[in-house]
Amino acid sequence: MGELAHDIVTHVVPPDVEVDFRGLDDLIVDRYGGAPENLIMILQAVQRQYNFLPRPALNYISTKMNITLSQIHGIATFYAMFSLEPKGRNLVSICLGTACHVRGAERLKERLEEQLGIKAGKTTEDMRYTLETVRCIGCCSLGPVATVNEKTYARTDQEKIIKVLELYE
Amino acid sequence: MKIRTKDDLQQIRAKLYDHLYNPSILKLNIGMTSCGIAAGARDTYHKALELYADQDVMVAPTGCLGFCEQEPLMEILAPGQPRLVYHHVTDEKIEEIVEAHRKGEYLEKFVYGQVTSPHSILDEEIGDSAPDLISPNGFPNFEETPFYNKQFKIALRNCGYMDPGKIEEYIVRGGYFALFDCLNNKDPEEIIGIIKASGLRGRGGGGFPTGRKWETCRKAHGEPKYVICNADEGDPGAYMDRSILEGDPHSVIEGMIIGGYAIGCNEGFIYVRNEYPLAVVRLVESIKQAEAYGVLGDDIMGSGFNFSIIISTGAGAFVCGESTALMRSLEGKVGRPRAKYIHTVEVGYRNRPSTLNNVESWANVPAILTKGAEWYASFGTEKSKGTKVFSLVGKVKNTGLVEVPMGITLREIIFDIGGGILRKKKFKAVQTGGPSGGCVPESLLDLPVDFERLTEAGSMMGSGGMIVMDQDTCMVDVARYFLEFLQEESCGQCVPCREGIGHLYGILKRICAGEGRNGDIATLEKISKTVSYLSLCALGGTAPNPVLSTLRYFPDEYETHIRDKKCAAGVCKGLFYYDINEENCNGCHVCFRKCPQEAITGEKKELHRIEQEKCIQCTICYDVCKFDAIDIK
Repeated sequence: MGELAHDIVTHVVPPDVEVDFRGLDDLIVDRYGGAPENLIMILQAVQRQYNFLPRPALNYISTKMNITLSQIHGIATFYAMFSLEPKGRNLVSICLGTACHVRGAERLKERLEEQLGIKAGKTTEDMRYTLETVRCIGCCSLGPVATVNEKTYARTDQEKIIKVLELYE
Repeated sequence: MKIRTKDDLQQIRAKLYDHLYNPSILKLNIGMTSCGIAAGARDTYHKALELYADQDVMVAPTGCLGFCEQEPLMEILAPGQPRLVYHHVTDEKIEEIVEAHRKGEYLEKFVYGQVTSPHSILDEEIGDSAPDLISPNGFPNFEETPFYNKQFKIALRNCGYMDPGKIEEYIVRGGYFALFDCLNNKDPEEIIGIIKASGLRGRGGGGFPTGRKWETCRKAHGEPKYVICNADEGDPGAYMDRSILEGDPHSVIEGMIIGGYAIGCNEGFIYVRNEYPLAVVRLVESIKQAEAYGVLGDDIMGSGFNFSIIISTGAGAFVCGESTALMRSLEGKVGRPRAKYIHTVEVGYRNRPSTLNNVESWANVPAILTKGAEWYASFGTEKSKGTKVFSLVGKVKNTGLVEVPMGITLREIIFDIGGGILRKKKFKAVQTGGPSGGCVPESLLDLPVDFERLTEAGSMMGSGGMIVMDQDTCMVDVARYFLEFLQEESCGQCVPCREGIGHLYGILKRICAGEGRNGDIATLEKISKTVSYLSLCALGGTAPNPVLSTLRYFPDEYETHIRDKKCAAGVCKGLFYYDINEENCNGCHVCFRKCPQEAITGEKKELHRIEQEKCIQCTICYDVCKFDAIDIK
């Protein structure tokens, strides 16, 4: 009960990853009926599987579903959850929603940027962490909130969150 | 089994009534929605399962009771004993709390209150309702504690009182009786008439009369029609929809089936934001269960009416909460809004008539159909009927979700229910309506909360986010923050929004960096006018509100930033500095230890000093000092 339906990849996937085309075809046809309306959900499944959207997969989807690559690219860049570049092993998301902002989230972000040596939206060179910001995951009473992979850290602060990072390889 | 008759529903209700209200063995109800889990409830739950695996103890998950500040919350039901709600029940504390309870010792430190009225508000209409429980000596009544005594739960009627994963418990609480009644005893026009008479207005922010929306859609030409639930909940700071979806998903499902029947359509979509995975899981489970019982799918309850629901997820775009953008997203396209003079009730999803309503609006429908339009209209003000769920968050003591009748004042919500400002600081403003709303200052705290009054004050109801701000909040920074958000989320298709917001943000950024210029305020006002008049959709149309409302109520803060390059609230870096207050500092040495830059010097018990060259204004010392010894200058 309460188990999340994601199968998130937390190991690093190189940009020239081998795309499982057969699996992708099954996904498009069997699971989503090849319907163009399901494009976003298909891309979400690919993102979950590879931790980003590999170009060969997008080419395949474009050809198979008869949707131009520019349209797919538009969707991949419009919606925040999609990434055209591989992400790091651990996804650190800081909530910058209003309630968290008022409870010091900006400073939390600055501290993490300083600690990891990267700006939000980027990945550390050793691919250990990707730092992102999210606008509200819905735990507003317990702000400021940060998540690492699937785990939520509520009532956190600049000190605590640095310690939390140590737990993740 | 497939439910076919009202008797079938009553039988399920009778069978499980005791399980829910008078279990014969010890029962632990643990709040397991995302906020509870974030506070540690999952660990508590697993610990309970571990401890009581071989014993006669039931451990069940429930939805959110609303008092998120006190999570993890756990309720203990035991035969012959008072029904108590315990707070801050971590995995380390649960054993001692439960063992004490079993012995009849109720650990005062953890008891929040005793539940005396656990039954559903729908009970009277459904059948028998058990009497209220007697309160024992000493404990406050749960319902009479300051956080709850001004609330009245309609949309949140079942949250925290049942296991959201069990349709049977929803039925015990009066669920699906309204649907049965509608399909068998009422025709669509009658149902629409009831919704109209109730005065229900859209709870997502638009406040459009729901009955009228349904009526227009029903009359529109085009087949097939669609019913959509907007569960995108993009407003940062608002999470009432998440709570309903995770704690009482069937209320939305039942609402949508009734809506589909009233409008004359057979397909519904629930568009859930990507950031709510638990809500998606709960919805899918509930849909499967509803189908198994025959209250969803083909030939619902033997009435011949078919209705199916599909779940679709968002992918991280605030603008997809806008109804036309949402429909584009459902079609697998980029979420660009469309002009509003083309009504979605006539030309919506796939260019067919579509009725889109918010989660909270749908959740109210079964209650209205069970208890009647006059009952619902007896709450609220003349033009804003019923109750509204607000997420009371920010610098307030009692943070959580509150459902109150419209017309209650902001002061009552923030100070009576909310318990006032954290850490004895001073109230400054309350932000309502998300990025489309505005800030309401202290002088307007006695404003009754309803759609019209909030709009008059320069803000709006929005989806119900209520963020309380104190003296440490810089209002110019708040405006800047919202504009930054809106700039990222703008779809970019129309010039006023794309360029206008960009300019507004640019000016505010400059002001917050100490580079404000004379004439900036006039420019802000001028651009704001253009953006709000000419933007294609409401994102752009309401984007200037944070700027305009902060300018209206806090003009001196703008002046100080621009003219004096100073931020009195201590937020805008470079426009203030921290200094140790000589009178208050007692040398406790805490700031010294916590400063990440080692910028504080001083011996224990002696006056400390901040080395300004090293200070990065991270606020840590200001936050940890218990003696008010750090000044903002």
